[in-house]
Amino acid sequence: MTVTSEATAAQGAPNDALRKALTSQIRPSRPNPLTAVRVSAWRTMRKMKHYGVAVLFDVTLMPIVFLLTFTYLFGGAFAGSTKEYLQYFLPGVLVQTVVMPTVYTGTALNMDITRGIYDRFRTLPFWQPATIVGSLLGDIVRYVLALTTTMAVGLALGFRPDGGVGGVLSAMLLLLVFAVSVSWIFAALGVVAKAPETVSGTSMLVMFPLVFTSNIFVKPDTMPGWMEAIVNVNPVSNAATAARGLIHGDASGSDIGWVLLACAIITVIFAPLTMYLYRAKSRS
Amino acid sequence: MSSPSTPAVETAGLAKVFGETRAVDGVDLVIPQGVVYGVLGPNGAGKTTTIRMLSTLLTPDGGTARVLGHDVVKEAEAVRSRVSLTGQFASVDEDLTAAENLELLARLLGFSRTQAADRAEELLAAFDLEKAAGRQSKTFSGGMRRRLDIAASLVITPDLLFLDEPTTGLDPRSRNQVWDSVRAMVALGTTILLTTQYLDEADQLADRIAVIDHGKVIAEGTTGELKSSVGTGALHVRLVKAETRPEASRMLTRLLSAPVFQESDPFALSVRTDDSERIAGALGELARAGIAVSDFAFGRPSLDEVFLALTGRPAEDTTADQEEDAA
Repeated sequence: MTVTSEATAAQGAPNDALRKALTSQIRPSRPNPLTAVRVSAWRTMRKMKHYGVAVLFDVTLMPIVFLLTFTYLFGGAFAGSTKEYLQYFLPGVLVQTVVMPTVYTGTALNMDITRGIYDRFRTLPFWQPATIVGSLLGDIVRYVLALTTTMAVGLALGFRPDGGVGGVLSAMLLLLVFAVSVSWIFAALGVVAKAPETVSGTSMLVMFPLVFTSNIFVKPDTMPGWMEAIVNVNPVSNAATAARGLIHGDASGSDIGWVLLACAIITVIFAPLTMYLYRAKSRS
Repeated sequence: MSSPSTPAVETAGLAKVFGETRAVDGVDLVIPQGVVYGVLGPNGAGKTTTIRMLSTLLTPDGGTARVLGHDVVKEAEAVRSRVSLTGQFASVDEDLTAAENLELLARLLGFSRTQAADRAEELLAAFDLEKAAGRQSKTFSGGMRRRLDIAASLVITPDLLFLDEPTTGLDPRSRNQVWDSVRAMVALGTTILLTTQYLDEADQLADRIAVIDHGKVIAEGTTGELKSSVGTGALHVRLVKAETRPEASRMLTRLLSAPVFQESDPFALSVRTDDSERIAGALGELARAGIAVSDFAFGRPSLDEVFLALTGRPAEDTTADQEEDAA
């Protein structure tokens, strides 16, 4: 009835490698929060590296499809000429480019929780929010990749930034700050959702209205007054206006100020909320 | 600090409630240091919930638990610094390689970059994963993943290691590798608390066993004590015709002077006995009476039989397990 294998015959004779590993007496002191954040960011970047080109494809496919279809299909009708439209549209696409992949932060966090590594993290003595903060910061690599690729495609299509290199770089920097702030929303969603699919599914409900009821695609002046009002309070519009201004060299201080204020508000609400939800998860 | 005489685990009336279900319903355990302790029970018996409370992942709803002398609620940090848990489902990052997983945990424990790399290498060697070091762990077989998961629990050598169903779903070869690791770890001084659904596993590894059912400890002792409470062996008979079972049952009861269990398979019977001479005679009697036997086996008691003996009913799955998963 009972199978006893030869392997079990060597009753508890640990091999040398196991003996060496198990007699290790290293008991380091707990890492400081900054180290923990850095290690978590490293983790996020390693994961990206393993997926290689697929990551780039994932984050740039949508913006490039939008860029091509909107410019060549609607551009002439929207702005008189495709060339003219591209000058207006590209900075907006950059906003879309960084906002869309913020969902990944949420799905990645949810996978940690639902697939079990969260349990292991919780038994380790480091500053717990480090895994979230690190993952948010690691994702900046993703945004930078997405922004530069979309910008390069835009330049190839004939986009000309009047604000020069400085204008483009400052717009990108602003959009990175914006993306990191928005990713807190999805981080919160990632903590409460039951499955990673729920995060990506629900995020579309948030993402589409946010991206489309904005001035990314068209100027709001032809919209009915109520729609124009919605578009103008949408932080995505503020980000697009500021990016446009910086890239074309005519940004006003208030354009940038509004974006930073929106970033601050989103972060102040969703960062503590996410951390609270994460700590409270399944303690009861 | 705890001396070697401090119990590794000491619980009194430990309880956890999920909604209507009393998943753990007053568990009293004393587990000494330096042993392999087996917690045996069917799915949903409360094994995982108990282990999660002892490793500070769940807060108990009642009773007390001390691990290596520290209260699991009031001194959770102290407990965490000395225990490690390998859960039922691998808790590694599937997108990272084996080496990266171990380095990540080592760094989060406070190892420097080079210390972390060295430690990862040591552990990979110890668990026979060197060749797979650079592969994403999602490509691993169940056995490799389990070994990586155990290695991940040993980045800092724990004083007490919880293994939650370490071999469930593994093939026999992987299972033996895990068993060997368990024996090696305890030989090197780590106390191990493992849960299992298999009496065989508890028998192979554990110095003492607690049998849990419906959140309660229903038996506790050494494997020898437990088995003698059940009978050391059992005869399993499978008949050619189901309609001969009542007659076969009557004959075996008489010939072996022991109660016969009618198993859920209508062709099958089992009798707890260890008298091999009388078994041979009884099988002969069946043949002479024209009751054809297609198969018979004599072996050690199964978990089902332990349960029958301890509770008078078969071990059954309950839905409480799903609630444990959700927790």
